[in-house]
Amino acid sequence: MIGDTPAPSSASIPAPMPVFAVEGHGLVKTFGNFRAVDGVDIAVPAGAIYGILGPNGAGKTTLLRTLLGIVDPDAGERRLLGASQPLRMAQQVGYLPEERGLYPSMKAFEAIAFMGALRGLPLAEGRRRAKALLEDHGMGAAIAKPIRQLSKGMAQTVQLFGTIVHEPRLIVLDEPFSGLDAINQEKLEALIREQARRGVTILFSTHVIAHAERLCERVAIIAGGRIRFDGTVSEARDRLQPQVRLRTRATDGAWRRALPPDTMAQEGAWHFALPAEGIEPLLRALIDDRAGIESLSIERPGLHDAFVAIAGEAVARQMRDEKDKEARA
Amino acid sequence: MRALWRAAFVIARRDFTAVVLSRTFILFLLGPLLPIVIGFAFGGLGERISRSDLRPAVGVALAPAETAAMLRAEHRLVERMGADALPHLQKAPLAPDPRTQLADPDSQVVAIISGSLTRPMLTGKPEDLDRLQGDISLLATAALAERTLRFVPVERQEVATSLGAQAQARLLIGRAAQVVIFFLTILLAGMILSNLVEEKTNKIIEILAAAVPIDAIFLGKLMAMLAMSLVGIAFWGGTAFAIFLAVGGQPAGLPAPAVGWPIFLALALAYFTMAYTLLGSLFLGIGAQAATVREVQTLNMPITMGQMLIFFFASYAVDHMGSPAEIAACIFPFSSPFAMIARAGQDAAVWPHLLALLWQAAFVALIIRVGVLLFRRHVMQSGGRWWKQLFRPATG
Repeated sequence: MIGDTPAPSSASIPAPMPVFAVEGHGLVKTFGNFRAVDGVDIAVPAGAIYGILGPNGAGKTTLLRTLLGIVDPDAGERRLLGASQPLRMAQQVGYLPEERGLYPSMKAFEAIAFMGALRGLPLAEGRRRAKALLEDHGMGAAIAKPIRQLSKGMAQTVQLFGTIVHEPRLIVLDEPFSGLDAINQEKLEALIREQARRGVTILFSTHVIAHAERLCERVAIIAGGRIRFDGTVSEARDRLQPQVRLRTRATDGAWRRALPPDTMAQEGAWHFALPAEGIEPLLRALIDDRAGIESLSIERPGLHDAFVAIAGEAVARQMRDEKDKEARA
Repeated sequence: MRALWRAAFVIARRDFTAVVLSRTFILFLLGPLLPIVIGFAFGGLGERISRSDLRPAVGVALAPAETAAMLRAEHRLVERMGADALPHLQKAPLAPDPRTQLADPDSQVVAIISGSLTRPMLTGKPEDLDRLQGDISLLATAALAERTLRFVPVERQEVATSLGAQAQARLLIGRAAQVVIFFLTILLAGMILSNLVEEKTNKIIEILAAAVPIDAIFLGKLMAMLAMSLVGIAFWGGTAFAIFLAVGGQPAGLPAPAVGWPIFLALALAYFTMAYTLLGSLFLGIGAQAATVREVQTLNMPITMGQMLIFFFASYAVDHMGSPAEIAACIFPFSSPFAMIARAGQDAAVWPHLLALLWQAAFVALIIRVGVLLFRRHVMQSGGRWWKQLFRPATG
């Protein structure tokens, strides 16, 4: 049992940042017979942009809600900014839930200030910052408009500003990019980077891997309620062998025996994983047997491929386990 | 604890301004005045109807001197008993006979007196005869005794106080306060039932629950609705008091409750607050479990019926000061505010009220806590055994 970081007595004197902004050990959360979070261990380093990736229904949202203290875990321990009671740190946390929610009759700046006030920011200061945020991001015309008159994207942006208006030390975003067009996704990415530059820890979930690949230093891949991978993006990509793409003039010959067994022909090219012994033995065979190399590329797999492989394998394994269990029953 | 109240205040301020600054709040303020206006209009109309049309008219077909005596007797008795107490007499011709006159479609009377004063004959339908026979007998007796019967003068002996009258007045004040508090509570607390539906349907609950303890959400909502109700009560009370003064009412002429008017009014406000928050916290807890407005509406009726029962219990207890029933009504949290305000009308002791208010406040806290834990468990799908967390700090 690690000692709690005391809740700050005043917003102006923040408690020292622990090494890990968010920690979870052996977290379990079940709904009836369904284990949405199944023994998760997670540690988000302070100041990092950390992505939780997973397919739909993997348990991302439940994990975030458990870490934030919205729901209590059935087992395990959690710590948010060093505190085992997450709500004690609520004033230093910003949270954008997956299901967006605002009072429709509230004006945009009031909604932002209200969300700040919930997190301890004085209302007058919240209003001032809200107006500044909206104006700085080209939404000056929306300041006094009721939420119901804003487009979905604008309302989402208002909610995002409400998440950061009190200048939290930790920002948790659940599927922040869903529902945004490409331009607004770009803006959100910039905003996340800007916050990270200020030393804010960002934890976000997504099932769109491209954002995580561009933004995150570390990712966790979750499937079936369990963390299947936790590490840097580079480490995730290294989980898969680099892919070789070979185009030859000759379609057949003795050189084909040198191709690895997993080789597939696609669109006039050969595709296979880079052999463990390297590319040189294969190259030698191709040249000796006059395959006529037109092009050869070795591509490092992207996070998307790593994600599909890791999550897909986990889901397939889980489905197999469930089938076995059913058969035994 | 400070954080809890701060968060509750943020929620309360949002809810309060959202309601008070909406157009519908004007309707809310004017709503209760509507029945008063309608009451005045229909009351005046009703009075006219009762004075002119609804008094049964009886024809008098006696000898002219006897008819005149009957009409004078009616006049004298109406002066003392009021117009509504007796049928209205009017002259009727001696011929044709009463049966024929009553069969005439133009007849304006329900019955006719014929014969003589000493032996009057009343003709009419059986049900009319049943209700008029005694009155006509009284009128005929008064007409016969016209010369000899005088009203006996009553001498006056004045006293400064009459304990019987004072006790009766205090009972009346207690009852009136009880009824007013009950109706204000039943009118205003019902709105709380649907109070969390907006947050649930707009998904705002997730943002609130991540930022503040759910206890603060419940407390804030209760505070906002109470503040809104007090604004309404101040408006209606002010209007009623202005009307009272405008029609020449004398506040000093009102009988004083046992604890005196200032303390009584302060207690009335405190007990309304308690009745409202007790019921409101229960409504909030129950309403928070409902998923839709329809479910909330379905819940409304049985809860109101339960509230009526509690009021009847407290109302019964007023007449039995010091009885086990009255003490039980004072102790049972939901009837306690009603029973205690009635007690304040009749008993001068103040300390039981301080005790009662503390007791009621403790129950408000307990109901909120149970409501929150049930909400966390069933709506947020969080938490284990709720009773284990009953006394856990709200922030963790």
